[in-house]
Amino acid sequence: MNAASANSTLRHIRYVATENPVTLAAFALFTGFVLLALFGPWIAPYDPLASNTAQSLKPPSAQHWFGTDSLGRDILSRIIVAARLDFGIAVSAVAASFAIGAALGSLAGFYGGWADRIIGRIADTIMAFPLFVLAMGIVAALGNTVFNIILATAIINLPFYIRVARAEVNVRRNAGYVEAARLAGNSDLRTLAVHVFPNVLPPMMVQISLNMGWAILNAAGLSFIGLGVRPPQAEWGIMVAEGATYIISGEWWIALFPGAVLMLAVFTFNLLGDGLRDIMDPRTRT
Amino acid sequence: MTRMILQRLAGALPNIVGVVIVTFLLTRALPGDPAAYFAGPSATQEAIEQVRVQLGLDKSLALQFGLYLKDLARGDLGNSLSTGQPVLAEIRARLPASLELTLCGLVFALAIAVPLGVLAATRPGSWVDHLCRVLATAGVSLPTFFTGLLLAYVFYFLLGIAPSPLGRVDVAYSPPATVTGLYLVDSLLAGDLELFWMCAKQLALPSITLGLFVMAPLMRMTRASMLGVLSADFIRTARASGLPRLQVLYAYAFRNALLPIVTTLGMVFSFLLGSNVLVEKVFAWPGIGSYVIEALVASDYAPVQGFVLTMALLYVALNLVIDILYGVIDPRVGVQG
Repeated sequence: MNAASANSTLRHIRYVATENPVTLAAFALFTGFVLLALFGPWIAPYDPLASNTAQSLKPPSAQHWFGTDSLGRDILSRIIVAARLDFGIAVSAVAASFAIGAALGSLAGFYGGWADRIIGRIADTIMAFPLFVLAMGIVAALGNTVFNIILATAIINLPFYIRVARAEVNVRRNAGYVEAARLAGNSDLRTLAVHVFPNVLPPMMVQISLNMGWAILNAAGLSFIGLGVRPPQAEWGIMVAEGATYIISGEWWIALFPGAVLMLAVFTFNLLGDGLRDIMDPRTRT
Repeated sequence: MTRMILQRLAGALPNIVGVVIVTFLLTRALPGDPAAYFAGPSATQEAIEQVRVQLGLDKSLALQFGLYLKDLARGDLGNSLSTGQPVLAEIRARLPASLELTLCGLVFALAIAVPLGVLAATRPGSWVDHLCRVLATAGVSLPTFFTGLLLAYVFYFLLGIAPSPLGRVDVAYSPPATVTGLYLVDSLLAGDLELFWMCAKQLALPSITLGLFVMAPLMRMTRASMLGVLSADFIRTARASGLPRLQVLYAYAFRNALLPIVTTLGMVFSFLLGSNVLVEKVFAWPGIGSYVIEALVASDYAPVQGFVLTMALLYVALNLVIDILYGVIDPRVGVQG
């Protein structure tokens, strides 16, 4: 990218940011969440696992801003520390789907024929399940671990990446510059990786940011029903589940705060995804 | 018409085959020794061997798959370890509860999302449009289990409007005589309006929770599709001919905008069936979702497998219905087949 085009991209980003302050706010929130994920254990005012039965079920106060849970653990600290786990699961799952999906989808789109049919069939088979149900089945079958939650989330996201990569590579495979690269003696794989794939990245990036929120929701949903992350570890979905039994008797803070933070995180990613799409491809704006 | 339906059925076959293969592989992917797993934690070596032979785990994978298919054909999904009941019977008894909830959630979402989407499309850039956009993004960001709890807290604990969020019918009432298994329909068939009202009140919060989650894609698609149609030439002609506004909007534009909306229904059902499990847990709804959660807690695998298979087949069937609906809504689709 030369200086002039970098400049124009920057100008476009600035235009989108000022045009849509919501995107700017989403970016600020995103930065906040990333900082929490990175430095959470040092920011948290209390030990997230230390129980103190004398302080159990206390409503929000100056000492415990978000109150304490049934074991007297500080909810704010648990929320802060959980950011790393929730983000970690979502980022690893999305990264895995991206890597595998992009590779499979590009091959399918570039070669067509049998490769396309088999890879398309894999994507269709995954999509034939209600996706959250498939994730439940996978975690239940492979065992109740965080790694399997990541694996399940990666698998159910895979078809989306395969489809985007396939469609984007397919329309480009006979473009002039691809022909030129071939004639210059590049092998098929090199042409695909070096000349075609970089052009496919922008729509894939949009897919990633739209997927991140969904990945977090999925992981939290799985731990809400008791799969994957296990107590006493702090995770937003599990914290909501722990608070669920108390909400009917009026102890609202135990479930409300982790739930609200989870919602905010997903909301941030969705807004960011929309904003990113506006930057990358203004035509698809809805 | 019949030919089209048959063609669609044939088109769904590979999906059904894929679903069956994946569910089979999922059981065989159990960590460690599946026989030991199914025999339970306190089983002796002898008992484990017995279970292995009983489950056919001593045979080759291909042969096991054949046996699995044979069991499926007989409708045998195995027995639950914790209750000893056949999985199929339990799922069949609980499925109507889940279906009622899912359908009510869908109806609620459609009732809100479609009019709002049409409204947003007729006034692009207005405050209605912006509100819809924010609502839509907020809607997909809601963790269903959290919205459910929040609604239960506000409407049951704080306001006292909603009944206690436990089950399909208040403990003081007995459920209606089973005809369809859908309490709303059954209570009407029994002519018991009071019971109908009780069941509807019990259903309201879980359905709204489900509906809120799937509103967003429906609203977005309605808006986008209506925007596209409204700028078409035939709409301009209809307007220029002096047809009433509502007739242009609904009889001309909406009918043509319907196809993409029906397409999104496929994805919407995927969301609905998945989040159904979470909503059932929150509201102690006695459907197949809470059944599978009980099984998961007890590490009881057969119900989980039966549940995944049932849900997937249900989803394939729903997609088939959507495909057939296509031909009904837009005759052009059927001609190309």
